[in-house]
Amino acid sequence: MSTAAVLTAKDFANELDIRWCPGCGDYSILKQVQTVLPQIGASIENTVFVSGIGCSSRFPYYMNTYGLHTIHGRATAVASGLKASRPDLDVWIISGDGDSMSIGAGHTIHLLRRNLNVNMLVFNNQIYGLTKGQYSPTSEENKVTKSSPMGSIDHPFNPAALALGADASFVARSMDRDPKHLQEMLKRAYNHKGTSFLEIYQNCNIFNDGAFEIFTEKSSKKMQTLFVEQGKPLIFGENNELGIKLDGFKPVVVNLNEGHSIDELWIHDEKDLSKASILVRMFDNPMLEGDHLPRPFGVFYVNERPTYESAFHNQIASAKGKKAELDALIAGKETWTVA
Amino acid sequence: MSATIEKLSEVVIKFAGDSGDGMQLTGGQFTNAAALYGNDLATFPDYPAEIRAPQGTIPGVSGFQLHFSSNEVYTPGDYCDVLVAMNAAALKANLKNLKKGGIIIANTDGYDTKNLRLANYPDGVNPLEDGSLDGYKVYKIDVTRLTRESLAEVAGLGMKEKDRSKNMFVLGFLYWMYNRNMDFTINFLNEKFGKKPDILEANLRVLKAGYNYGDTTETFMNRYDVPKAKVEAGTYRSIMGNQAVAIGFVAAAQQANLPLFLASYPITPATDILHDLSKYKNFGVETMQCEDEIASICAAIGASYGGHLAITTSSGPGIALKGEAMGLAVMMELPLVVVNIQRGGPSTGLPTKTEQADLLQAIYGRNGECPMIVISCSTPSDCFDVAIEASRLSLEHMTPVMLLSDGYIANGAEPWKFPKAADLPTINVKFKTGLEEGEEKYLPYKRNEKLARAWVLPGTPDMQHRLGGLEKDFLTGAVSYDAENHERMVKVRQAKVDNVADYIPAQKIEVGAEKGKVLVLGWGSTYGSIKSTVLELIAEGHSVSHAHVRYMNPLPKNLGDLIKQFDHVLIPEINNGQFIKIVRDKFLVDAKGYNKIQGTPISKTELKSFIIENYFSK
Repeated sequence: MSTAAVLTAKDFANELDIRWCPGCGDYSILKQVQTVLPQIGASIENTVFVSGIGCSSRFPYYMNTYGLHTIHGRATAVASGLKASRPDLDVWIISGDGDSMSIGAGHTIHLLRRNLNVNMLVFNNQIYGLTKGQYSPTSEENKVTKSSPMGSIDHPFNPAALALGADASFVARSMDRDPKHLQEMLKRAYNHKGTSFLEIYQNCNIFNDGAFEIFTEKSSKKMQTLFVEQGKPLIFGENNELGIKLDGFKPVVVNLNEGHSIDELWIHDEKDLSKASILVRMFDNPMLEGDHLPRPFGVFYVNERPTYESAFHNQIASAKGKKAELDALIAGKETWTVA
Repeated sequence: MSATIEKLSEVVIKFAGDSGDGMQLTGGQFTNAAALYGNDLATFPDYPAEIRAPQGTIPGVSGFQLHFSSNEVYTPGDYCDVLVAMNAAALKANLKNLKKGGIIIANTDGYDTKNLRLANYPDGVNPLEDGSLDGYKVYKIDVTRLTRESLAEVAGLGMKEKDRSKNMFVLGFLYWMYNRNMDFTINFLNEKFGKKPDILEANLRVLKAGYNYGDTTETFMNRYDVPKAKVEAGTYRSIMGNQAVAIGFVAAAQQANLPLFLASYPITPATDILHDLSKYKNFGVETMQCEDEIASICAAIGASYGGHLAITTSSGPGIALKGEAMGLAVMMELPLVVVNIQRGGPSTGLPTKTEQADLLQAIYGRNGECPMIVISCSTPSDCFDVAIEASRLSLEHMTPVMLLSDGYIANGAEPWKFPKAADLPTINVKFKTGLEEGEEKYLPYKRNEKLARAWVLPGTPDMQHRLGGLEKDFLTGAVSYDAENHERMVKVRQAKVDNVADYIPAQKIEVGAEKGKVLVLGWGSTYGSIKSTVLELIAEGHSVSHAHVRYMNPLPKNLGDLIKQFDHVLIPEINNGQFIKIVRDKFLVDAKGYNKIQGTPISKTELKSFIIENYFSK
């Protein structure tokens, strides 16, 4: 194979001029993907990026791999047919909050329940960028945009919770402004056998600048975010002094400096669906609520179950034991001869 | 006294009853027995959209029409000789299509007060008793009672289960009436109910009871014989249009040496193709039932990109949803066959009724300048050849193709002298795996003499490229907003489809002279009606010819010249006039239309009288 030699990020990039707005969060995501692919041993010719429509969906053009820039909301469906028919390929789906949660939401949930072994990256910027600034299905309520001058009356989706509800076998969240974490999450997504749903908070500096600032800026990040790791207690805060414990099914914040012990804390278990369900529902709006939980990041849930394409081809393999003569098929069961 | 046997050259039987009465199965059994016997035949099932419409009502009537003959048969027949009417509603719905003096076989149990009321007969009126059927031969049989009696000794079955086999009584009786051997149905029952001995026993008993009833009851003096047809020598099978589409694609994949991939969403009347292809996994056929119509065409596009013969099957409403994705396949210049089994529209329309009203949608119904090859099927067996031809054009010209069939031929059956696999046409597919001599760089949109671009599969080293729905540069395939490039690409996509005319057969005259007074020009499922009409008119000395178009876009190159050899062009269609618009547009001829939009095929009788009245009455 021509790509057996050691590859670098440059091998996955091409010479095309990138046309995202200067300062767009997409640049960081592109860079992390190009960085991670050689590290995980991806091959250039066996990798296909499939996207829908939206700013993020330009992504395949900037990769030196195979790619499809399809139609709005349908990347998941095109990728499903490609992966089902060509399980040998590494298929990545690039989508945004409009593409995957609005016009293509119907396909997203079916991709997740079928569990094809593909990686789905959802660039969530909580706005429609390509059409120049309308509220999206992940925009917060009361958001003032060109199409909601008096504030949006739509209640938003929580993509991670939606994915978990659709029986996704891998649900994770990361952000454009934390390259190290994003790279880690991309590797985890790639290594998961099944559909990996990775929501990435991505800043649109033109139409929704600072939407995730409270989670990404140094000044507030430590207090407002919670990075979960397998087998470790849920700890956050300026000096890691805060923790989350479960009071029944209710997560509560406790201070380790105020009489609480680390042993009381919730230990993250990404195989635990019940805990994952609580984790993805930690979705308070820090701007609106005084006493609120931090926003979690990391791998929330992992479940190894058979992939769609393996079942798909197993059935064909087992059927192939039966005779398959075209002449017999054409003739059918009953024939008669006229002399 | 034994019944005399009268020889007939052809018979049309309509089996009609409640949706739950098993009339489709009864008709299908008689059909296969007739086919095995050597009759030529055509069938037309006609059933309600509801799975179980209200019992006993006219909307709940399910029918199956069979035309079998010792001559060649092109249609299921306009009027029937025999009407099997299992209840009052079945009689009411079908009496208008029974020939004067025809036979009615009525199950008297279906004409009780309740059934008469459900069929909207006025209080106290029973057509079996009031003399209104005096012009017909009415055989009143209490099928339910006779069925129960013949099963009196069968234990282990409830009354409901026993009653379910009453269709076998009617079938047995008809086998007696037409002097047929019951072996085909006996074998069928053994295979179907082999694991349920009680039900098998009941069905066999009732079938034989029906036959013996004819034999022993003196009421029925007439038996009929419809001798074998003098058809071309060879081996035949019975085939329905959707079956033919399915095996046609399996054959096409084999001829192209590609795996077949179908993605589909269930929709009447196309679903049987999904059912059939799902059974052919032993041929390596990959079938994916998707969450919706859009997903299914998109999944097929993904599989096409991956190197499969990819198809998606649907009907009008589904095709409307697939429109944007068809445009994507046109832009990406990937092969794809989109199958439209047309039904009555618009919107949900008439799901179980036939229509030819999606032709303009097929040719023009997408955003932008979005040409597609469109090819149509004329008979159930023709669907096989058309499926292969659609695949060939799509794969060899690297562009999507729409295959048009309709509910009438999809569910209709005819005998088919099927081909040998070895005699099927080859489909030439060559993937590009590297640069050729003199090529410096891979140019994804570089074209061959057919204007087709090369097919490069993901996984091929050093040939990576990106495809998409944005306008492409003429050579590199990179996104291009250049004004002149766009116009050039619009023209080249059109030329690519237009040039297909160089790779299809010339239009021929089906029957009649090459020159004359009237050309009846048809397409799709009107084939049988037009052909039998024109044959009769020719036999009566009229100057009429029939041409039937398979290639709807592009049209055969000689079609314009062919048309100009006639004084008049008549275009019968089961729509409000669609092909006629194209013919007038392309050839500037003053074509006339004969349009019937009633969810049923055009009948020979009506078409013939229209032609005589309009062209030969002076």
